[in-house]
Amino acid sequence: MTSTSRRRLLKAGAALAGVSALGFPAIVRGQTDKIKIGHLTPLTGFLGALGGYAQLGIRMAEDEINKGGGVMGRQLDITSEDSVNPATAATKAQRMLEQDGVAVLMGEINSASALTIMQVAARNKRFFMQIGARSDALRGKSCNRYTFHVDIPSAVMVNAVGKALVRDNMMKDKRFYTLTADYIFGHDLARSAKMFLDANGGKLIADELVATDVTDFSPYLLKIRQAKPDIVCSNLAGNQVTNLIKQYAEFGLPYPIVGFNLNTADAWAAGEGNLSGTWPTVWYHTLDVPVSKAFVANFIKKHNKPPENHAWIEYVSLKMMAQAMNETKSTDTDKLIAYFEKETQFDALKGRKAYFRNWDHQLMQEAYPFTVRAKGKAKDQWDFLELGQAVPGPNESLEVLALTKEQNPCSM
Amino acid sequence: MQLGFLLEQVVNGLVLGGYYLLIALGLSLIFSVGGVVNLAHGAFYAFGAYASVEITKYLGFGPAVVLSPIAVAMLGILFERFLLRRFYTADPILSLLVTFGLAMIAEQLIRIVWGAAPLSATIPPSLKGSVIVGDFLFSRYRLLLLAVVAVVLAGVWLLLHKTSFGRVIRAGIQRPDMVAALGIRLQPYMTAIVMLGVGMAAMGGAFFAPITIVHPAMGAEIITIAFVVVVIGGLGSFWGVVIAALLVGVVRGVTIHFAPAAGEASIYILMFLVLLVRPRGLLGERIEKFE
Repeated sequence: MTSTSRRRLLKAGAALAGVSALGFPAIVRGQTDKIKIGHLTPLTGFLGALGGYAQLGIRMAEDEINKGGGVMGRQLDITSEDSVNPATAATKAQRMLEQDGVAVLMGEINSASALTIMQVAARNKRFFMQIGARSDALRGKSCNRYTFHVDIPSAVMVNAVGKALVRDNMMKDKRFYTLTADYIFGHDLARSAKMFLDANGGKLIADELVATDVTDFSPYLLKIRQAKPDIVCSNLAGNQVTNLIKQYAEFGLPYPIVGFNLNTADAWAAGEGNLSGTWPTVWYHTLDVPVSKAFVANFIKKHNKPPENHAWIEYVSLKMMAQAMNETKSTDTDKLIAYFEKETQFDALKGRKAYFRNWDHQLMQEAYPFTVRAKGKAKDQWDFLELGQAVPGPNESLEVLALTKEQNPCSM
Repeated sequence: MQLGFLLEQVVNGLVLGGYYLLIALGLSLIFSVGGVVNLAHGAFYAFGAYASVEITKYLGFGPAVVLSPIAVAMLGILFERFLLRRFYTADPILSLLVTFGLAMIAEQLIRIVWGAAPLSATIPPSLKGSVIVGDFLFSRYRLLLLAVVAVVLAGVWLLLHKTSFGRVIRAGIQRPDMVAALGIRLQPYMTAIVMLGVGMAAMGGAFFAPITIVHPAMGAEIITIAFVVVVIGGLGSFWGVVIAALLVGVVRGVTIHFAPAAGEASIYILMFLVLLVRPRGLLGERIEKFE
């Protein structure tokens, strides 16, 4: 029929491997002129689902702002693209600044990509609002003057869940088995987790690194059973968490499972009855705050499904950015930095207002531990998380869960 | 005790290998007979998963894992008739490009229809949990999957080796010109092979939907492993693919036991080593048209 050679097949394999490394980029472009904002977020790969929500969130804020007359009377124009991987993210960020003429950069969920974009921002002396990546290192030893961080860092997630575990007698003298995502974010989370366990009497008996493209966890589950821990703990990210939760329920291991990172889209994808344990979140659509409820209602009207935490965070981020541009009457990098560094208060659709801490550029805001609703208690397929009390508590400083100046090596 | 743990990983790896086999066997058959590397194979796996999630909503899990592969196999007819057929005799680079393009289109199509967010799917409660056989822990669900794979495998083997259909296919792999000289058109057989191949991929998707994440890029994730299995096994060999799939599952499990961070890399190292020693793969036959 044909004269193919095995060599050709191998070449095809090499091509395939190369292409799968690049991923299938999904590109969504905005229109031209006005105040241009460059937005990068992963739309493919293990964080792609979260990036999908991120785009919906920032688009919704863009629509609302533009319908309300724009910023300084000018319309916003967001160019949003798939950041794909750290190298591509940096290339695209540079191109957006150089060729597309964007005023500021926003976005990201992947900590490794966020890091490369931060370097581009610093090199070009331009503003980058780093919205969704949670690695401590970004606002720690890698921090820079041009980047502001919106999402809660790993240390806060660990502290939020850790305190709930201490309260529930699931910490002191308990033997923990952790699974850690094998990239900057996972390593950071594992470090914070270890610090918390050490300080509170928990024992770490094993920590396994898991590549981000792992879909089958069965060999890990066998190892967990062999180690017989008291508590299994996930330091995983994105898709990984969903796969772990599904397969943990499949094997039905008897050890309680908790985690220091979970995004609601990944929890929703796990399916009813599979999730259990205590986890952290930065926001959830059932939050009982009027402005938050209004946002949720508008989002559902538009997209027929509730917003995920990445939709919320992108929405509030663009609102903060618009407020900063309006107040400073400028898109100038130094003026924006000065405005945010004043620790200006922002409405993050939560019980308390939020502000960027001036020395590490981290947004100080409430977070929430959550557990899973008992079977049959959920109103719909989105409603199975039971939010705990906001942390820090109402009488505490918003900074009590965050790393202190002594703990955080950030210096600008 | 340590040995027992290791053995448990080996057995678990065999089970996982059985699942890889569902996807790799079709890929191998389509290449062996048609000479086309079907890079869109993963897309049919993804379609199988999405279709089963949809069907489960209305009819339940049982009908879903039967109907979804059948539906995707029908899709396979269209795929073969209108696309693949044009490329059997063309430069293989063209069929690579076409099927790769199709894989991208399929992924974006899923994104458009179902959205980027993953779908939620779960195992029927009666199949949750694990059983302990001897010293080994098995997930109930994967035992069922293993049984299904065994039945499918036996069926495909019988089809290829005990029927006149299979004789034509096997002859077609080795000497398509002779088959043509005997007055047999290979094209209808090719349609059947593509149906069978993508149907099996869809079955893999349907069975794996409840235990892995169902998202648009799931096809791109599985195709790489399936491709590695085919290359290790060798072309044109039924048992080569079987052995390779099991080997990949076991090597991955054992590597994770000792060095978890290297788990995913281990299968590529395995491929590298096998090709170094046996460039045709483990049991690859010398097929004249491919030399």
